[in-house]
Amino acid sequence: MNPLLTVDDLHVSFPTRTGKVDAVRGVSFTLGRERLGIVGESGSGKSQTGRAIMGLTPPHAQISAKTLNFDGIDLMAASAKQKRSLRGNRIAMILQDPKYSLNPVMSIGRQIVETLRTHEKISKSDARDRAIAMLEAVQIRDAGRVFDLHPHEVSGGMGQRAMIAMMLVAGPEMLIADEPTSALDVTVQLEVLSVLDKLVAERGMGLIFISHDLRLVSSFCDRVIVMYAGKIVEELAAGDLANAKHPYTQGLLNCMPTIGSDRHPLPVLDRKPEWAL
Amino acid sequence: MTSAISVENLVVTYDDFLALNDVSISVEAGESYGLVGESGSGKSTLLRAIAGLAPVSDGQIVIGGKTLPRRKRDKAFYRQVQMVFQDPYGSLHPRQTIDRLLQEPLAIHGVPDAENRIVRALDEVGLGPSFRFRYAHQLSGGQRQRIAIARALIVEPSVLLLDEPTSALDASVQAEVLNLLEQIRRDRKLTFIMVSHDLGVVTHMCQRLAVMKNGRVVERLTAPDLVAGRISEAYTQNLMVASKGFVRKEAVSG
Repeated sequence: MNPLLTVDDLHVSFPTRTGKVDAVRGVSFTLGRERLGIVGESGSGKSQTGRAIMGLTPPHAQISAKTLNFDGIDLMAASAKQKRSLRGNRIAMILQDPKYSLNPVMSIGRQIVETLRTHEKISKSDARDRAIAMLEAVQIRDAGRVFDLHPHEVSGGMGQRAMIAMMLVAGPEMLIADEPTSALDVTVQLEVLSVLDKLVAERGMGLIFISHDLRLVSSFCDRVIVMYAGKIVEELAAGDLANAKHPYTQGLLNCMPTIGSDRHPLPVLDRKPEWAL
Repeated sequence: MTSAISVENLVVTYDDFLALNDVSISVEAGESYGLVGESGSGKSTLLRAIAGLAPVSDGQIVIGGKTLPRRKRDKAFYRQVQMVFQDPYGSLHPRQTIDRLLQEPLAIHGVPDAENRIVRALDEVGLGPSFRFRYAHQLSGGQRQRIAIARALIVEPSVLLLDEPTSALDASVQAEVLNLLEQIRRDRKLTFIMVSHDLGVVTHMCQRLAVMKNGRVVERLTAPDLVAGRISEAYTQNLMVASKGFVRKEAVSG
């Protein structure tokens, strides 16, 4: 079976006053209908990888790739119009903080309907029904009421569910989730993740889950890519995390304080310059 | 009395909203005390009330044997109690150099010998003197948090209030900052009150903790209790589950 997404030798760089900054340096991977995690610390290029696939790289950035192929469509050669028709329809992206990524002056329901009507010919009342059904699917009780609320009137967890609803309403085949739960309360995180997990599994979507939390990613995804300084340093099956070979991955796993382990001081990451080569 | 900080029946209201409802905690000198709770549970408000940043409408706060006046605290108090905030990007002045940032508290409290103190403070948080004339935007998140810690420590407080000091940082940087905080507490015999939502961090740093919900303390635990799972509140149990990562329900994966 052909993979849904093929990324081969992706580079993203930003020209700045002090020279070119290489955010992503030769990232290659393929994605089928599975859950793939991308882990790394801030500045490792994980978000820029996601954005490049989505076509959201800022215009002044330089982007190049041998292959960037989504289901037979060459994303590097696609026109802006073609990309627009893909985004939201076949590829969707969930961003970190619902406070900033939802439109504050539009009701939640209208934003979901907008997505739907951009990509499908559908009557207003049908769109409304689909939106409410979608809100119910992300386990929002009283979906009819939430439909008319504005983003500031709902909690972070609810906002993020609305965001998931908006992204999934058009039935995309691939979902990129960039730190979808980092802005949420710890206990709410798990609820939102289980909603996401259920929908991804039911609809057989491909999922790219970007996060800095190695433990969370490994418990959620099938496969994990670890990025450091714009490159992939290691690729692992999620269950294989204990056998990570790269010292960076081992260091990341080690430096987390866990309940029941008594380590004072905590081991810290000893960054080797050769990791960034 | 051995308590360094004792909060008794504290009430904080914002208009009609009861942010803290009859909260009492007592923290021994040299102890590190944790506060845990969901967002909106009042854990940050409690810290801010102790620091004098929230309006106290009832109850009292006793620090070092002295009862604090409800309003208008004296300068000595602000020298004794310092706070480190969650977001290192928001808590440093963007247009002041690190040198200027560190001079401010010294000037306020009329501390002499600023020159040497600044160099020493930077050294203590593991940043060299080369950082002294940079701006906050030239530093990484972890470095900024170190500056915030240095700014708090430069007036030699005895109590440090930490509001999620590492939640905006990467895991690898978090370990460094936690180690720094522990070392400082040991060296200077400081008393910590630390807010965090990460039980791993709290059990690592604190001997005792209080769990808050809806403006009340609902459970008091020691770190060994938590490790052994001797917890009764549903929220604490949820946090325990959350700290273990995502668990796929059988019905979904099967």
